[in-house]
Amino acid sequence: MRLLTLASCAAVVGFTAPSFAQETLETVRERGMLNCQVGLPTPGFYALADDGTWSGLDVDLCRAVSTAIFGDPDMVEYQSVTSAVRFTEMQNGASDMLSRTTTWTAVRDTQLGLDFTTVGFYDGQGFLVPADSGIESALDLVGATVCVLTGTTTELNLADYSRANDLDITTVTNENVNVLVETYLGGGCDAYTNDRSGLAARRSAFPDPSAHVFLPETISKEPLGPVVREGDAAWRDLVTWTIFGIINAEELGVTSGNVMEMAANPPNPNIARLLGTEGNIGEELGLEPDFMVDVIAAIGNYGEIYERHIGINTPVGIPREGTLNALWSEGGIIYAPPFR
Amino acid sequence: MAATEQTGSRSSTERTGPGRLLYDATVRAIFLQALTAALVVGLFAWLIYNTMVNLQERNLSAGFGFLDVSAGFGISFTLIPYEEGDTYLRVFFVGIANTLLVAAVSIALATIIGLFVGLARLSDNWIVAKLSRAYIELLRNTPLLLQIIAWFFGVFNLLPRPRDSVVMAEAFVLNNRGFYMPAPVPELGFGYVMAAFVVALLGAIALYRWEDARRDRTGKSFPAISTGLAMIVLVPLVVHLALGRPLSWDPPVLQGFNFVGGVSVPPAFCALIVALSAYTSAFIAEIVRSGIQSVSKGQLEAAGALNLPPTWTLRRVILPQALRVIIPPLISQYLNITKNSSLAIAIGFPDLVSVWMNTSLNQSGRAIPIVAMTMAFYCLVSLTVSLVMNSYNRRVQIKER
Repeated sequence: MRLLTLASCAAVVGFTAPSFAQETLETVRERGMLNCQVGLPTPGFYALADDGTWSGLDVDLCRAVSTAIFGDPDMVEYQSVTSAVRFTEMQNGASDMLSRTTTWTAVRDTQLGLDFTTVGFYDGQGFLVPADSGIESALDLVGATVCVLTGTTTELNLADYSRANDLDITTVTNENVNVLVETYLGGGCDAYTNDRSGLAARRSAFPDPSAHVFLPETISKEPLGPVVREGDAAWRDLVTWTIFGIINAEELGVTSGNVMEMAANPPNPNIARLLGTEGNIGEELGLEPDFMVDVIAAIGNYGEIYERHIGINTPVGIPREGTLNALWSEGGIIYAPPFR
Repeated sequence: MAATEQTGSRSSTERTGPGRLLYDATVRAIFLQALTAALVVGLFAWLIYNTMVNLQERNLSAGFGFLDVSAGFGISFTLIPYEEGDTYLRVFFVGIANTLLVAAVSIALATIIGLFVGLARLSDNWIVAKLSRAYIELLRNTPLLLQIIAWFFGVFNLLPRPRDSVVMAEAFVLNNRGFYMPAPVPELGFGYVMAAFVVALLGAIALYRWEDARRDRTGKSFPAISTGLAMIVLVPLVVHLALGRPLSWDPPVLQGFNFVGGVSVPPAFCALIVALSAYTSAFIAEIVRSGIQSVSKGQLEAAGALNLPPTWTLRRVILPQALRVIIPPLISQYLNITKNSSLAIAIGFPDLVSVWMNTSLNQSGRAIPIVAMTMAFYCLVSLTVSLVMNSYNRRVQIKER
């Protein structure tokens, strides 16, 4: 019996799963690929082209991190899973980072073994209704049936809003956004609620986008941003500061077009530090000193990314000017700490 | 153990000294069993310990503390009262109630449809036999998930919108938001009607037993079943009328976006019930057919020779023998329905897997306790169903005398 006890003790010590702390960057380097989790294809944020390539605002954040590590934006293995399993995939180590319109909340940040990095897009929950429905306000939705993605903050906000305003809303839920959109278009619900960005993205792919309108209300704060596992501070810094770098680049006027020129001949010390000609920020993150040069050359700055995927000249068409997602210097709240 | 104890006591007399324990079969058997038990317990203890360590290492909270926390999301269809502010534990029970409802309704429907299709399959009428054959082959050879989705999107989601609802008898409403029926509203005195019903039911059972015993004793028959049914219907009805109809109906009324009042089920529920019962009925039909065909032709001929009426032949000769073959596979089908009901998640019906293992797990992030509770529930239900059906099976099996 003593032998057995000893053996089981040894087994427990030997078989506890590897700790993920402090080694994500090393793991990614060894693998030669960044495992970046996105959602089910959604125009503008993580769109999947017919040839199998991914693009979008959230996808570009993955590509930026890939460029920072490998100098190449395409060393990414995209993992497209339903929102229901997104956190599990992070917890079990399958994904190195998650970049998929995920709302930063206290419960998620503190109780799930995950850390939010920073906000990449400020969103809020809205409602989409058929234009001919005659509904003009979310407060008109008394007794209505509303389609909502299950397992999301949206679902909770809807319940809160219904309770607070005595709307007695019935929900139609599903974990698959495609099923939900199909139900909405088939008339299975009176309204479809989601983050406004998500609604705009989906509407752009409707057979007749103009037949559906937004209600004026925004019923929640939805700061969306990439997530990493808790316990690896170095990795979290790397992801966070890559995004801060992209935002700083826009503020400093560094674009994919002029970055090479600016790197060769930095016009001011802030740009010099951002592009690594001064200081040791890159090295301390475990990267090349000039990693931001590669990132901006390959992906562009925040403004370029925004306009390329969800700006007003794209089918998704979410205006930036005058919204929270404008730079802080232009009336918005997109703001990154200084690169020094 | 009994066998090893006997051999043990014999062999222990053959050796003496301290070494004899090593060769004592009883001692060895006990030692091996204890070792096995310790290994099994140890394995589980290790699994649990390992899980706890890993959860801690990944900064995940474990434990059942979250059950008291307010869930905060709405559930579109609940059998038991539920509000957005209720706890996760309440959500668990809402899911269980919904799953059991789906299972119970589907089992009842699948059994009835299966019985008819199975009998039709044996019909002498060529068209009836071939049609039921086609029904069986089509349904049981396509995946259930596909059928559920097809029923939902192909039928129930395409029904008219609330304003253009299909209204039957001014009381039953069908639209793409669900199926609406008037709700019974019991008034003062309805309790007497219910009491009359229970008394009539017990009376009918007693009558059937008395008739059974009397026939065995004297050979005289009495139409106990039809008399009993008449009692069950007529006695409460008379009381109901005598008390001035103490039951009113609350019909669904179009108000705002949709019908309110009455009892309603969402389209996902309808799709799930139809798909589950149709799919399983195909298997049950084949089970019924095989059961009936397993009764030898001689039994039928013997019944004919005794000039038994056809209903008696079916009820007293064929069915009792067919049931011996039918019951065991039928148990599996009932268990399958219960487990297959978890496919509800595909069309968003809030069954246990959908509200608990999907929504609640996602909102609370407590994967391990939630998955464990879900597994415990399905395990418990399946074991209960098989316990009940097995005891029934023992009753209908051949009693060897």
